[in-house]
Amino acid sequence: MTSLRELAHARAGDKGGTADLTVIARDAAAFARLRVQLTATVVAAHFADLPLTAVDRYELPQLLALKFVLHDALGPGVTTTLSLDPHGKALSSCLLALELLDPAPGPAT
Amino acid sequence: MIRLGAGAGFADDRIDPAVDLVERGALDFLVLECLAERTIALRQIERLHDADAGFDPWLRERMTALLAPCLARGVRIVTNAGAANPLSAARLVAAVAREAGVPVRVAAVMGDDVTGLLPDRSAVVSANAYLGGGAIVDALDRGAHVVVTGRVADASLFAAPARHAYHWGADDWPALAGALTAGHLLECAGQLTGGYFADPGFVDVPGLAELGFPYADIDETGGVVVGKLPGTGGVIDARTCTQQLLYEVHDPSAYITPDATLDLTEVSFAPLDADRVRVDGCAAVAPPTTLKVTVATWAGYVGEGEISFAGPGCLARADLAVDIVEKRLRGSGLPIDELRCERIGVDAVFRGRSAVRTEPAEVRVRVSARTPDRWVAERVGREVTGLWTNGPAGGGGARRTVSEQLALRSEAIDRNIVAPWIEWVEA
Repeated sequence: MTSLRELAHARAGDKGGTADLTVIARDAAAFARLRVQLTATVVAAHFADLPLTAVDRYELPQLLALKFVLHDALGPGVTTTLSLDPHGKALSSCLLALELLDPAPGPAT
Repeated sequence: MIRLGAGAGFADDRIDPAVDLVERGALDFLVLECLAERTIALRQIERLHDADAGFDPWLRERMTALLAPCLARGVRIVTNAGAANPLSAARLVAAVAREAGVPVRVAAVMGDDVTGLLPDRSAVVSANAYLGGGAIVDALDRGAHVVVTGRVADASLFAAPARHAYHWGADDWPALAGALTAGHLLECAGQLTGGYFADPGFVDVPGLAELGFPYADIDETGGVVVGKLPGTGGVIDARTCTQQLLYEVHDPSAYITPDATLDLTEVSFAPLDADRVRVDGCAAVAPPTTLKVTVATWAGYVGEGEISFAGPGCLARADLAVDIVEKRLRGSGLPIDELRCERIGVDAVFRGRSAVRTEPAEVRVRVSARTPDRWVAERVGREVTGLWTNGPAGGGGARRTVSEQLALRSEAIDRNIVAPWIEWVEA
C-alpha cells in the first residue's frame, strides 16, 4: 500500500455546503496512477461519514491535478454546521491519509 | 505594465507583508480582500446595534499602517473592507487621512445589498449580490485614491484596476481572462506564496513567519506574471499556483465571476526565477445574466462546552463524558435542533477512513448544540462544565461559549435590477 500523501499534495476549499479538494500529483508517473486509482467512487467511500450527495471529479492533466467536488459535504441545504472545522479545511489532509493498492508487478522476463 | 499587490486575503490577515509590498514592491495598486462568505452577515448584525458600524474591524489599523505610504507613492487602494457599511468605512479612511495630514479622495461602492429585492425576507439578516468590478473601474476613472466596497467578487477587485488602466471593454474576454485569473490567484494573498501548503517532511516551506504576499504584473493584453518580493519567506512555484488556481473552483472549465466566466482548463505555469511565475493559457467567455446572492438567515444559538482528559484510559473517560452529557441533554426535553459530540485529538476535524486508531496521550471532548433559545444554549455548555464535579476522573480545562448561528443560502438575481452607485468622501 502507498499513502496518497507520498504521491500528491492537496488543498481544501468550501462554498456554502460544498467542499472541494484539489489533489496534485508530485510527478507524471504519480498522476498516471492517480488518474486510474483515485476515482470519485474511491473518494466518496473514503468520506462515507460525511453527508455527501454526490462527488464530481475533473482532470487537469497539464497541471497534474485532479479536482473533487464533494456536494453537501459540509452540511446539506441551508448551511449550518456544529463541526469544529466548519469549512472542512482539514479534509485535504484527511484525504491524503488514503491508502492506495500498489500496482501488481509485471510478468517476469 | 501595471503591478497589483495582494495586501490581505481575509479579515484577520497579517498587515506587515502588505506594508513591505507597498514600500519595496513598486506597486500601482494595493488590493485588500477582507470578506469571507459569512462576514457581511456578522457585520450587518453589528450595524443593527450601531448605524456607524458594520465594516471590517481592522480597517483603522490597516489604514493607519498603509494609507500614508500608499498615498506618498501613488499606490491606489481597492478593498472590500466596507462589508455591510461601505460608506462608514470610507468615512473612517478619510478620518485616518486627516489625522495623517494627507489629502484623499475615497469612493464607497454601494448597491450590493439586495435585501429589499428578495421575495422571501423571513429571518433574513443580510442578502448581498456579488457585484462585478464595473463600479470600481468607474471610481478609479474618476480619481479615487481609495475604493471601499461591500460584496464584490474577489477576482473582480483585482481585475478592475487593470480595466481602469488599459480601458478594456467590458467584453474584452481575452484581456479580462488574464486579469481575472490573476485576481483569483491573488485573492487569498499568502495562499499563493506558500501559506496553507507546508507539510513538513513532505512539503517544506521556508520562512512562514515572514511570508511574503504576492503581486501580479498585468500587461495591456492581459498577460500575467505573479511573484513575491525577493527576501520574503514562503515559496511561489507551479505547485502553489496550481493549488490556488483550483481553490474553491468547482467545474474548472466554467469558473463564474460577475465579469466573465473563466476557463481554467488550459492554464499553465512557467517559473521565471525563484520569485516569479508566468501564467499562460487563460481564457474567458461572457458571464451569466444573473448575479450570485448570498442570503444569511437567523438560525438560533449554538451552545458549546469543552473538557480535556489525559493519560491511560483518557479515551474511555472521554466516551463516558459524552455519554453523560448526551443522556442529560436528550433526556431534558429542552428544544435542541442538533447535538454534536466530538473528541478533539481523535475524530473532531478528522473525517474519512484511517487504518489505525491508537489512544492519544490526551483528548478533549467538545459538545455543541443548536437551539432556538439562548438560555438552552447556555445550558449546553453548563452540562459540560458540570462534569468537573459530576463526571469522570481527571477532567480539566473546561470552558463554555454561546454564539449566534447564521445559515447561508445562495440565490440568483437578474443582473439588470442590481444597480451599484458611488458615494464620495474627501479629506
